[in-house]
Order: sequence, then C-alpha cells, then structure tokens
Amino acid sequence: MITTEGRGLILDEKLLFEQSQVGRVGYSIAALDVPDVTPDRSLVREEIADFPELSEVDVVRHYTRLSTWNYGVDTGFYPLGSCTMKYNPKVNEVAARLSGFADIHPLAPESFNQGALELMYNLQRDLGEISGFPAITLQPAAGAHGEFAGMLMIRTWHESKGQKRNKVIIPDTAHGTNPASAALCGYEVITVASDGILSKEAVAAVMDDDVAALMVTNPNTLGLFEADIREICDLVHERGGLVYSDGANLNALMGISRPGDIGIDVMHFNLHKTFSTPHGGGGPGSGPVGVVEKLQPFLPVPFVVKGDDGYKLEYDCPESIGRLKSFYGHFAILVRAYSYILSMGGEGLNRATELAVLNANYIRARLEGAYDLPNQQRSLHDVVFSEDGLPNDCHTLDVAKRLIDYGYHPPTIYFPLVVHGALMIEPTETESKQTIDEFCDAMLAIAEEAKNSPELLKQAPVRAKVKRLDEATAARKPKLRWNG
Amino acid sequence: MDFPEELKYTEEHEWIMIEGDIATIGITDFAQEQLGDIVFVELPEVGDILEAGKNLGVVESVKAVSDVYAPLSGEVVEINEELPDEPETLNNSPYESGWMIKIKVADSAALDNLLDVAAYQEFVETD
Repeated sequence: MITTEGRGLILDEKLLFEQSQVGRVGYSIAALDVPDVTPDRSLVREEIADFPELSEVDVVRHYTRLSTWNYGVDTGFYPLGSCTMKYNPKVNEVAARLSGFADIHPLAPESFNQGALELMYNLQRDLGEISGFPAITLQPAAGAHGEFAGMLMIRTWHESKGQKRNKVIIPDTAHGTNPASAALCGYEVITVASDGILSKEAVAAVMDDDVAALMVTNPNTLGLFEADIREICDLVHERGGLVYSDGANLNALMGISRPGDIGIDVMHFNLHKTFSTPHGGGGPGSGPVGVVEKLQPFLPVPFVVKGDDGYKLEYDCPESIGRLKSFYGHFAILVRAYSYILSMGGEGLNRATELAVLNANYIRARLEGAYDLPNQQRSLHDVVFSEDGLPNDCHTLDVAKRLIDYGYHPPTIYFPLVVHGALMIEPTETESKQTIDEFCDAMLAIAEEAKNSPELLKQAPVRAKVKRLDEATAARKPKLRWNG
Repeated sequence: MDFPEELKYTEEHEWIMIEGDIATIGITDFAQEQLGDIVFVELPEVGDILEAGKNLGVVESVKAVSDVYAPLSGEVVEINEELPDEPETLNNSPYESGWMIKIKVADSAALDNLLDVAAYQEFVETD
C-alpha cells in the first residue's frame, strides 16, 4: 500500500536580499597598481538600493538549498505528456565536456575545428537516416524555432514557383505552437476538427489552391498515430501544397517509421525530447529540421559539407532563407544528441521506441476503468485521460496536485484542448516496470481518495514546499518584485 | 447553470442581446465555467469592423487561451473597458458586468442564424 508517509525533506531558505549583512563581501580585490581614475559623474550611480551583500559560502548555500526544491528527471519519474522527459545519460555530459568540443571558438579557422564539424556532419547524416530526409539543418534553437524555419522554407518554395498561397491547415490535435509558427510566417490558419484521427475527408473539405501546407503532429497530441497520413499527404500534394510534420512525438516512431518515407516534406526534431538532451530549465533546446530534396536549396546557412580538404561550413546557397541563429545552433546540445545516437546504436533506438510505446500502453491498461479514456484507438508513446467521471467535484487539477504528495511530477494537464480536463501521461522508455507500477498505484490510490476522501485532493499538495497556489490571483495581479 | 431567456446564443458559447441594430456580446455561463478562472481578456477597438466567424478577441484562463469569435458582422461601437483590468468579472457576472463589446449589426438577416435559449441549452447538454 503506497502512502505519502515519510516522503518529505524540505530545507527552508530566505531570499538573498533578506540575508544581506552590510559590509559582507565574497571577493578580495588585488591592490591597485594602475593610476586612479575618476569617472565622469554621469556614469556614477550614487547608491545601489538594497543590493544584497553576502559571502561566497552564503551564495553557494543559497543556490544549493534552492536546488533541493527542484524536481527533475534525476530526481524521479516525470510523466509530463508530450514533453518526453526521458533520462539524460551522463555519457552525453562526458562527450560534451571533451576539450575538442568544449574549449573551441566558433570563429576559429575551420582547419582548427575539424572534429566539431565532423560531428555536425555526422549528426546531419544520422538524423537524415532516422527520419528519411536527405537534407538537415542543425541551426534552430528549439522546437518552435524549427517549425518557424520549416514554414519559412515552405513559404519560400511557393514564392520561388510564383505561387501566392496564404493558408495553412492545422488539425485540432496538433501541437499548440503550430498555429503560432504558421501565423509568424504570414499564413492564415484553418483549423480542422479531427475526432482523434485526422481523416482524408476532413482535409479534402478545406484543401484548395490557396493552401500552402498542412501542419500535422504525428503521432498527434492524443498519442495516436495518424493512420491516413499517407493518403492525406497525397491529397495535399495533388493540390500543390506541402506537408509539415511536427516531430515532437518522434519518440514513438524512431527506428520504426520514417516520416520522409510517408510523404512528409518537412519535419523538425526535438533533440531535447527524442535524443535525450536536457529539457526545460536544464536546456537549451535544439530543433533541427529535415526537408525533402526540392526544399534543400532553401535550408538556412551555414550547414556542414564534406569536401576534398575536410569538413567546411557552406554559405554559398543563393536561395537560402538565410541565417536563423548566431553561429551554428546549440552546438554543445548537438554533441549530446550525437553521443546518444552512437551509444544507443540503431537497434537501441528501435528498442527505445518499442519500450516507450509499451510503457504508455501498460499505464493505459492499469488505469483504464479508474480514469476515463476518451479515445479507444491504440495509444503510442503517451496516453490521455479525461476528468469525466471523477466524483465529488474533483477535477484534473486536483489529481495533478495530489500526485505531488505522492512524490511525482504531475503529467501535462488541460492539454490537448480537445479532451475535457485532459491528463496526458508520457512515461518514456527509461522507466522500469517497478517505477511505473508505483506511479500507477499512486494514481489508483488517488482515484479511491476522490471517492472516499475528496478533501485530500482539494487540499493537495500538503507535502510540498508550497501549498496549493492561487494561480488565478498570481496571473491577474502578478507581483514581479521582492518588495515592490 | 444560468441561460437568460431573452438572449440569443451561438455554438461557440457566446450570448447576444439585440436592441435595435445594436448587439451586445459576451460569453455564456457555460463558457466561463469550462474555462475556469479567467486571467486575461483582449478586446477589439471601437471602430473595428468585425466579420462573422472571425476572431473578435481572446480570453485566457489558468487552463487555456481561447479565441472568441464574432457571432455577427458589424462595427464595434463600444467595448467594456473595465474588463481587461478585471477579467474575473467574466466569471462572476457573465451576462451583466461581464459584457464584452457592442456592435452595430451589418446585416439583420444574420440574426436568424443565432440559437434561442432552448436550442443552446440542448446543444450544451448534448455536446
């Protein structure tokens, strides 16, 4: 029987401002050995109000104690649906700290940085092989930046053919960033209702000669594979459009199915999801994009090519959409992703996908009945429950907060919007059956509490650093300063 | 849940009060309850020309951001200027203090497309 007993260790900690002591410092400056200079008065600030004065150990303890309030994949199970919070293997960190990668300068001559360029070239090649796309840019800084890059290439391709198309079709199960990316590229967004799986008929009903592209997320945000995707791609292509696939859920396809073979024209990868680089506050992200051959001329510059004299950055691309990011993308993240691909190997990546899907379906099987399952189609990498049927006025938010008391980061909630009170769980492949069983036990215990002692859900969390936050007041009247 | 009889409704969960050629528009009790605590409201400006079915504004709650669609075409003649500063009014008083905008209706024939209270109530119950 799982309970919340014995699961708390919370260090208290004041703000740095509150710890300040007049005159306390964390530095010692060497004696002045240059002539004294008096700066212009306009450059001098008379007083720095309330600047905290602290010693080195004060600061180290402060941040170390704060770090104990964190929850991350190194702390425990983190089933945040759609975010693929898989474990980040430490071998990635070893690779990223190798001097040849960590200590190089981005403006050094290419001949000095051949190893780094070779890694980028190989990663372009490997991501291409995994996805089925002949050309890859590593530049975008994260997923939505990749969407922007991809949609800009689609727009430029249409313009190169003298076409002025102004609409993009997006199903209601797409990622929330897709409409924003299309709008940023100047497109009007046409939303299509999907009923779980996008149908060819629904796309046909809105597909016309003004549509530049269809943007789909596959598997979609319900964790369902778009079974008609091949026919839908054909339909869009017949009418002169292109198909963008949001690769955020590639963790369900990697090594099994290649979007480039299905008829997709452009797709971004989330290295911070599928390829085990840090996600969230531990980032930054990285969102490479793969394209079919006809879009290759529009790739952002530079990208890495292999020539007779070794590897070099290619800038000579007259039709390129240009540069999207300073230097060459988040290089240290690229190193981690490449480390993951090499350490897993082809069979390992394939196996990871199988286990990610198996784990999600195992959770689905254990929780079905206790929680409402709105879609009956087979799940892939995540499973979405609704709040329908929760008794005693308990809602998704209450379940999520109560999970904190049981020692888990809550799943994604209230997304996707097409599910009433969505509770979206993605275990990833890195969790053991034991971990998943303990989580399911907690979820089932919460379902029982909702029936018999709903106040436990309403009061939750009680075993956390802060209790239930008043999110509405925080959003309506935010306090953004310590003593403001 | 409260659905006043004198109002017209849409399947996008807006209510419309018709007075001459002026339509006052807001979101229904059902809409505010589904959204949860509303924390941000964005309205059009007086003088904007709205097209039926296109965005008229945005309502954001702690759960989600939702577009609000214009139920009718017409010119915005007045907006509830207090609403952006006090978005909770949409939760507390969706039909009165929480009204969003008033428009001068461009085509009175379009009023026939709106739902009466019985039709809206049925839509809410079956949706």
